[in-house]
Amino acid sequence: MKALEIKNLKKSFRSNFLIKQFHVLKNINLSAEQGEIYGFLGPNGAGKTTTIKCILGIIFPDAGEITIMGQPANTIESKREVGFLPEHPYFYDYLTPVELLIFTGMLFGIPRRELTKKAAELIKLVGLKGKEDIKLKKFSKGMIQRIGLAQALIHDPKTLILDEPFSGLDPIGRKELRDIILSLKNDGKTIFFSSHILQDMEMIVDKVGIILEGEIKKEGKLSDLISLSVHNYEIVFTGMDEQVLTGNNLTFTQQDKNYIIKSETNEETNRIIEIINRDKGRILSVTPIKMTLEDIFLREINE
Amino acid sequence: MKLKAIAINTFKEAVRNKIYYLLIVFGILSALSSKIVSLLTLGDMVKVLKDVGLAAINFFSVLIAVFTGINLVYKEIDKKTIYNIVSKPISRSTFIIGKFFGLAYTLLVALVSMALIFFFFLYIATGEFDARVLVYFALLYMELLIITAISLLFSSFSTPILSSIFTISLYLIGHVLWTFNLFTKHLKTPFEKMVAYFFYYILPNLDKYNIKHVVVMKTEIDFYQVLNAGLYAFVYITAILILAILIFKKREFQ
Repeated sequence: MKALEIKNLKKSFRSNFLIKQFHVLKNINLSAEQGEIYGFLGPNGAGKTTTIKCILGIIFPDAGEITIMGQPANTIESKREVGFLPEHPYFYDYLTPVELLIFTGMLFGIPRRELTKKAAELIKLVGLKGKEDIKLKKFSKGMIQRIGLAQALIHDPKTLILDEPFSGLDPIGRKELRDIILSLKNDGKTIFFSSHILQDMEMIVDKVGIILEGEIKKEGKLSDLISLSVHNYEIVFTGMDEQVLTGNNLTFTQQDKNYIIKSETNEETNRIIEIINRDKGRILSVTPIKMTLEDIFLREINE
Repeated sequence: MKLKAIAINTFKEAVRNKIYYLLIVFGILSALSSKIVSLLTLGDMVKVLKDVGLAAINFFSVLIAVFTGINLVYKEIDKKTIYNIVSKPISRSTFIIGKFFGLAYTLLVALVSMALIFFFFLYIATGEFDARVLVYFALLYMELLIITAISLLFSSFSTPILSSIFTISLYLIGHVLWTFNLFTKHLKTPFEKMVAYFFYYILPNLDKYNIKHVVVMKTEIDFYQVLNAGLYAFVYITAILILAILIFKKREFQ
């Protein structure tokens, strides 16, 4: 059973006095396995938040099917399985963190005496110990993000949906959040999160879905996407005559006395090495360059 | 449990807002100022005291009902706190009903605070306890609940300014609705009469809840009227809340 599955999701909005229709989600298909960290990647306006809102019943899809732990989304049963952190979370700012956690827990039907204990544990987990009695209106953006994560965990959900969880966090906060996400994964939870902070995503995700203009352009295990994308070698060498290089139609860059050539295939790499050896050049390094998630993402955007 | 969570939170939000206390304090001060007005008036001072005092409490409690009712649901949508509600395992109907109960409790606390001080004040002035004033406040509370339900309905699909205009308009119409009955007698065609009757029955008849003349003139309370007003409030509020739920269930939060 998949933790989250979306099939043929479509959503459009009307504007300009109901005349013009904007197709925000054209055809979304994705799935996250249990115990997996799924990175939902896309530029601003691609449809990430709209997809998440459809999963949680904040808006209603025009077409398609969404299931959470095998149950149709937007039902009381499926929502019990999910912890949600919205983008730029807004909470009742007249409450203290403990009051917010107790209120959220009550919405899940958890008895109050259990909630007091659980709230204290979560406040410690997200690093807000000592700030239990401060009203949320006095919290910084980063602190709101932390309490947002705590409220998403109050009922010990099997699946977590986090919309841009890294936004507003400083480097230490981001590191701490990555560690929390990884420890939640170790507890067997599924974490589905959207982001455009690629470095954070690359460090922790198992699977990536790239959304562009309301469509999933690429989806797969991060390890597969990156290993498939080794198609670049960087050869650094010295002691060659420039005329030999131009004579063999090689494009190069020069750094001091060193030359750098990028080749895109193994055959091309072997040919360049042969030319260098023949002309008594000295090879300093041959480095396979893997594409980063950023490269994959930018390539998808450019295509 | 879930209904209780929403209701308690609604109450907390209202009572942590300074405007709530400000309106209660103004209500109490205005009610107490009736003593000054009564000193400046010829005739029965106690009648003036009751008349002006009750009117002041009525005015400020209606203000609390309209403004807390309108703001609380709208703010949830505007500040996007609604995301944290609808994404949880709670039905939208529970949310609306919870909001209503929270507001009802908020109004009860406000009204009881104002009423207790007014009772004490009246007791000092007259040396007697008038049970009619108690019935007056009970009926006023029912009226406030109807206004709250109406403001909740409007705020589930409209902006605060429009909701205030609609709710206050309905409140004012509700107090002159008896004139519709007189008006229909002057209509000629059955269609005109049907339209007039339609509005007569669909609009809130709030004059049922005004027994100030009974309190001021110390006449007998018609308990049939009180019972009728109670039943009317129950049916009207239920209908309005069902409508609010139906609208809210279809609502998307972008």
